[in-house]
Amino acid sequence: MPFNLLVLACLLYVAFLFAVAFVVEGRAARGRLGWLRSPLVYTLSLSIYCTAWTFYGAVGYAARSGLEYLTIYFGPTLVFVGWWWLLRKLVRIGRQHHVTSIADLISSRYGKSNTLGVIVTVLAVVAATPYIALQLQSVVLSFGVFASAAPDGSRPLEAGQIAVWVAVGLALFTILFGTRNLDAREQHHGIVTAIAVEAVVKLVALFAVGSFVVWGIAGGVADVIARIDAADLSAWQVQPGRWTGLIFLSAAAVITLPRMFQVMVVENQDEGHLARASWAFPLYLMAMSLFIVPIAVVGLDRLPEGSNPDMFVLTLPLAEGQAALAMLAFLGGFSSATSMVIVESIALATMISNHVMIPLWLKLRPGAAAEDDLRSVVLMARRLAIAIVLALGYGYYQLSSGSAALASIGLIAFLGVAQVLPAMLGGIFWRGATRTGAMLGLLTGLAVWAYTSFLPSFGPGAALAERVFTDGLFGMDWLRPHALFGTEAMDPITHALFWSMALNLLAFCLGSLFTFPGPVERLQGAAFVNVFEGSVGPQRWARGQVEPEALLGMAQRILGEEPALSLFQSAARAQGKEGFLPDPTPTFLDQLEARLSGSVGAATAHAMISQLVGRATVTVEDLMAVASESAQILEYSAQLEAREAELTRTAGALREANEKLTQLSLQKDAFLSQISHELRTPMTSIRAFSEILTEGDLPPEMVARYGGIIHDEAKRLTRLLDDLLDLSVLENGAVQLNLGLASLQGMLDTALTAARQTRPDRDFQVVRDLPAEAIYLRTDADRLTQVFINLISNARKYCDATRPELRIVVRQRSGRVTVDFIDNGKGIPKDSQTLIFEKFARLTDANRAGGAGLGLAICREIMTNLGGLVAYLPGQKGAAFRVTVPLRLERVAA
Amino acid sequence: MAQHVLLIEDEPNIAEAIRFLLTRAGLRVSHAPEGLAALALLRQDPPDLVILDHMLPGMSGLEILTALRADPASQNLPVMMLTARGRDREMAEQAGADRFMTKPFSNAEILAEVRAMLGQPRRAG
Amino acid sequence: MRRPKPPLFLARAPYRRRRLRDAARLLPVLGAFLLLLPLLWTPDSRVALGSGDVIYFFLVWLLLIGLAAAFAPGLSGGDGTDDEED
Repeated sequence: MPFNLLVLACLLYVAFLFAVAFVVEGRAARGRLGWLRSPLVYTLSLSIYCTAWTFYGAVGYAARSGLEYLTIYFGPTLVFVGWWWLLRKLVRIGRQHHVTSIADLISSRYGKSNTLGVIVTVLAVVAATPYIALQLQSVVLSFGVFASAAPDGSRPLEAGQIAVWVAVGLALFTILFGTRNLDAREQHHGIVTAIAVEAVVKLVALFAVGSFVVWGIAGGVADVIARIDAADLSAWQVQPGRWTGLIFLSAAAVITLPRMFQVMVVENQDEGHLARASWAFPLYLMAMSLFIVPIAVVGLDRLPEGSNPDMFVLTLPLAEGQAALAMLAFLGGFSSATSMVIVESIALATMISNHVMIPLWLKLRPGAAAEDDLRSVVLMARRLAIAIVLALGYGYYQLSSGSAALASIGLIAFLGVAQVLPAMLGGIFWRGATRTGAMLGLLTGLAVWAYTSFLPSFGPGAALAERVFTDGLFGMDWLRPHALFGTEAMDPITHALFWSMALNLLAFCLGSLFTFPGPVERLQGAAFVNVFEGSVGPQRWARGQVEPEALLGMAQRILGEEPALSLFQSAARAQGKEGFLPDPTPTFLDQLEARLSGSVGAATAHAMISQLVGRATVTVEDLMAVASESAQILEYSAQLEAREAELTRTAGALREANEKLTQLSLQKDAFLSQISHELRTPMTSIRAFSEILTEGDLPPEMVARYGGIIHDEAKRLTRLLDDLLDLSVLENGAVQLNLGLASLQGMLDTALTAARQTRPDRDFQVVRDLPAEAIYLRTDADRLTQVFINLISNARKYCDATRPELRIVVRQRSGRVTVDFIDNGKGIPKDSQTLIFEKFARLTDANRAGGAGLGLAICREIMTNLGGLVAYLPGQKGAAFRVTVPLRLERVAA
Repeated sequence: MAQHVLLIEDEPNIAEAIRFLLTRAGLRVSHAPEGLAALALLRQDPPDLVILDHMLPGMSGLEILTALRADPASQNLPVMMLTARGRDREMAEQAGADRFMTKPFSNAEILAEVRAMLGQPRRAG
Repeated sequence: MRRPKPPLFLARAPYRRRRLRDAARLLPVLGAFLLLLPLLWTPDSRVALGSGDVIYFFLVWLLLIGLAAAFAPGLSGGDGTDDEED
């Protein structure tokens, strides 16, 4: 098969995946996921457990070590069929604490310790590097198979070059889809769906090759069974210790592998999906391993001595002249490798950026939490991290020069990530597990694993001197990497498994038993272990002394403007307040921290809020609460909590209503005297000048001038009376609306032109997004335009910037349209923000260019009549108003 | 020399009307639209009478009056306040205003008041 | 830490559901037992495995999947009514 055709097929396939991911992202953005969030997609996405190691390596494994390959699938099967409750607990914790990765889980559980996050990150990266190298190697090998099978025998590309291109391509794909945006819950719908598609391709390809081997080459099932029995039995022997150990190892790996954690916990849409996956995922694993033995046996039979069993899936069809089948198998293997690398690098990049890069950034720039646009920093960090991860994988591939068999590399990686198991399970089941214990356990496990398994994998004399293998470290016999404490009976992987897990567990338990956890740690421990009791733990924040506006600013820089605003708005509403700024209550701070940790990890989110709140988060009372916590929570009933929340809300609403009433009665007096003042002012001028004119004997130009003044003041009087009438009609709801379809863009055009009369001397820069404005509304166009004119004129009047600028931002969502008017002046102080919509509430009288201070009050009434609202939008740079209108106003307000 | 009246009023049209009336009556009129400018003018060019609007941007009329009365140099300066509402009158009286004019006023009325105030000897103590 | 005063005796449906969950929890034990069993078939520490073993393993596998599938609907149902299974 021509090599170019192969490359073309790869590119087409990747383009197809790209299209799938793109379409799904689009649907997700519009909130129409539908069947895409079904348990089927979830189960299929779990299949990234089956990497190229399964697709190519399992056959090689079976050819070398018989049925041992099955242990790799038995472990996950046991976990999924029965330990549903364990996985559900993980998923529930992940959801409740907005966990972004396995490092985040551990760091968050043990008191939001970033040190632990760094340790787990390092462990995960080190363990994943050979694994990624393995995927690159398998793609390179499979290319090689086709290249050597090419008739002209020419090799268009060297293996190293292919590896480079594959690594770069995967990095690009992952960056494009994995870091497009910062999701608050760190979910990637597009990628998950692409992975599910690849899962189907893998299965279909393996089934096709298997069926061809069983019924096309061999003579059916009976013949295959005969061939199995006839095969060389000496290779089919199994050691019980290794067998058991590997089942345990794969069971541990399926919950600790970063990519598995990513799809299983982080990308999980619905806990209920786990129940379906509990049998469907084992079924997928079984289907994947069904044809492994037949392919291995037939391959050993048919292919020449010395051919690489890792490539039987490809070489068998090729040897039989089935080019199309081989191509399908190639795409299956390509799918396995790419899906693993993509998800793994996303998971690792999240860890690296959240636990290493961002904390470093915040440390280097102490004010960054309040100033920088962290979203772009985080995204850049992610992209960089993805590139680093793939570069490491490529580096390992070059270093090990692609020599080792696929299976052994995979096992070493499994053993590495399994070191997280004690800290993880201990963390979610044992309240007594402490940070020190977790740290000791992890470091011990990491050290033992590196010494007995990872470093020796480079071969004697590479990472460890040959002398170390024979005589032990520093010549100490009991420190030989493959025979610690003289245990020579075990094979290397069982040996490494036994000692690393045993010493890890020992250090973890002893460390936990002999240390005392800090307050945050104990709170988190209780929250994790008792996750099913509901989030009733004592609050993690004392009442903050922080301006909600500062919190909003920070949240906007991390979550993005819209999500942050809607989070704050709903929190304010829950407190019974209007507008966008809730009180910084402990509950709200908790909620905010949870949301932020979904984007930057628990430790960083905690640190950033601490920076703003600026004091210890847990008080002595909280500690007492932890001590008597079990007693407390016993009495804590869900209803009580609900009632309390209801009370808080009512109290908040009452307080606000009371404040409003007090202000209203003051305002009523003020209103009357204001009206009196506003009416008397023009009348004074009119009376004075008309008296002057009646006295006569004035030069004609003076007569004209004073006549003009009288005219202007009379107009002003009329306008004032019109406004008052308008307002009273609107307030009584007696207004006749003139409903019709109107273009938003047209209304804005009209409004901008009309508003130009206000202070025409000012040169105003207007920034608009015309495509976004192409919306047709069913509303009263004249009234809505009146609101726009008012807001724009206000900006022209009051914006005090030297280069004034007005941004008009239009957004459409779920039947409503929001139009934001944002200028770059110094904005409106917080305590005046609710006042400005009151009648005659003019903040400064410096620019009384005609208006009587009724404009915004009228705007508010118009919007109420149009079924929408107008509100001040805090947290922008200048003054900002948001107009919300329904897309179609159906009922005419009576 | 013509007697000097300082007019503190933010509405340009009202200010123009009063200035016209008083100038025609042979008085010298200087005008400030708000408190700080007014206090500066007061020191530079001490007037014989102050006409003070009640509703002003920035410092209110009452605040200006209080500041005026606190300064020994202008303690006894006659002050006429222009008000729009009756209730303000008490507060203005307490702050030390001598006369009041309620808007809208007739030209003859204000002229008569100003003449009366200027013709009067300065208040004692 | 339980909710205050959980009922001492459950109605028939929740009782069944609890036992179903118990059964699901025991499934890995059964699975581990069945998957380790072939190692005990010969007294020798090294065991040779043939086609019979392949078929045996896949049958056990299928059995586990079948049982898990039978339990699964009961697991996801009733969520929120009895969360206190730990």
